[in-house]
Amino acid sequence: MEGAVQNGIDGILAECGGSCMCATCHVYVEEEFLARLNPIEEAEEEMLGCTAAQRKANSRLSCQIHVTAELDGLVVNLPPKQK
Amino acid sequence: MDRGVVIAGSGQAGFQAAASLRTSGYDGPITLVGEEIHLPYQRPPLSKGFLTGKQQAHHVTLRPAAFYADHRIELVAGERIVEIDRTRDEVKLSSGASISYGKLILALGASIRKLPVAGAELDGVCYLRTLDDSIEIKSRLAEASGIAVIGGGFIGLEIASAARALGKSVMVLETQPRLMARAVSPIVSGFYERLHRNHEVGLVFNARVSEISGEQIGAGRRVREIVLSDGTRIPADLVIAGIGVIPNSELARSAGLAVSNGIAVDEYLRTGDENIYAIGDCAEHPNHLTGERVRIESVQNAVDQAACVAAAIAGDAKPYREVPWFWTDQHNVKLQMAGLCTAHDRAAVRGNVESGKFSVFYFRDERLVAIDSINRPSDHMTGRRLLAGRTPLSPDQAADESVNLKALAQTS
Repeated sequence: MEGAVQNGIDGILAECGGSCMCATCHVYVEEEFLARLNPIEEAEEEMLGCTAAQRKANSRLSCQIHVTAELDGLVVNLPPKQK
Repeated sequence: MDRGVVIAGSGQAGFQAAASLRTSGYDGPITLVGEEIHLPYQRPPLSKGFLTGKQQAHHVTLRPAAFYADHRIELVAGERIVEIDRTRDEVKLSSGASISYGKLILALGASIRKLPVAGAELDGVCYLRTLDDSIEIKSRLAEASGIAVIGGGFIGLEIASAARALGKSVMVLETQPRLMARAVSPIVSGFYERLHRNHEVGLVFNARVSEISGEQIGAGRRVREIVLSDGTRIPADLVIAGIGVIPNSELARSAGLAVSNGIAVDEYLRTGDENIYAIGDCAEHPNHLTGERVRIESVQNAVDQAACVAAAIAGDAKPYREVPWFWTDQHNVKLQMAGLCTAHDRAAVRGNVESGKFSVFYFRDERLVAIDSINRPSDHMTGRRLLAGRTPLSPDQAADESVNLKALAQTS
């Protein structure tokens, strides 16, 4: 999420600044990267049920994705809306 | 010729106004004036992760410097606006320069309320509003042996939580008989009281500070203890007061604009001057859900009001109708709030208080007015939709877990 916001990606709103409170940093993660991400924990799981755009199997809240070197090349797609 | 938009104040609201003007398609000049020297930043982490060290300054900065240049937003930092000249549609800065405006957005925020007691000026008595304040408090927390927090509201309690996370002992002094009395119901106050006690935060209720006394340390006098009106003495070498803020209305008042609990605006967030708007912590506006005039101190209010005014200036004016929401994070337990629950006549609990996962639904005159959710984020998000849709809901339905509130919210 921080990478998107700091680099001017308007499609990520991140209204709560990364606190897992608003579900406006929703992304669809490219399949090949999905398993490499840190697992979804309880708070994110509940908030994923509240996204404005449809939740899919590859949905994540980008503020909860911990970026590491292993994720180099990570591709995510933006949903049609965040609110 | 488009004289452009001047935004007075570079906090969350001011920043968002500038950003939203561009995303709304506004193409004229935008000048963002703020008295702080930092790039615009968000405040929530300053009482949470920034104090504990989990987050650094770059985490709080809203956008890098390049953002402003890339979007043709002229950022004037370290400058105060000292006068609004409504006859010439100009603002005058402390440097003496003047900037003319086509539209002026007042996003002036609020200033900390200071302790009205003797000893409040002693070294070691701190307040938290700005990044610089947070940096100061963070460094003092590391050295302090006895910490007292004056004020059992959101700021005070988040600071107390951070102090405990750092392994420091801390006492919270609150004038009311319960925590966060201004904003939550007794049920939620009680839950948080137990949470703080479980984390060994000392709590004193009905506490009135009568003075702060100090001792000579080197060349200066530093706080040594707090004296309460009942004579209780609380030793402390660091005192952090979180006793509220006062809206920055003076500029508007001097310019002849109506001021009450903040700068008064209508449902379009306009002052009495058609070219001047006010948003965020400084703006008193009508709340469409209750019909009352309110001033809301929250990120959501700042962001959504900024977006509303930006859209209006870009040609799409709509009344401001967003449902207020808020969150606080204390000892990693998140309370999410939707709506405003100050005046309610019934409350219904959904879930189980003892389990630490529950929501309280507040009603007034049989209408849902607010929801507090603790560790139940889906109740919070559904609650926002229920409020936005003015969905009829009974206390019994709210309390009944077999009633699918999410489906109910989608029918409106």
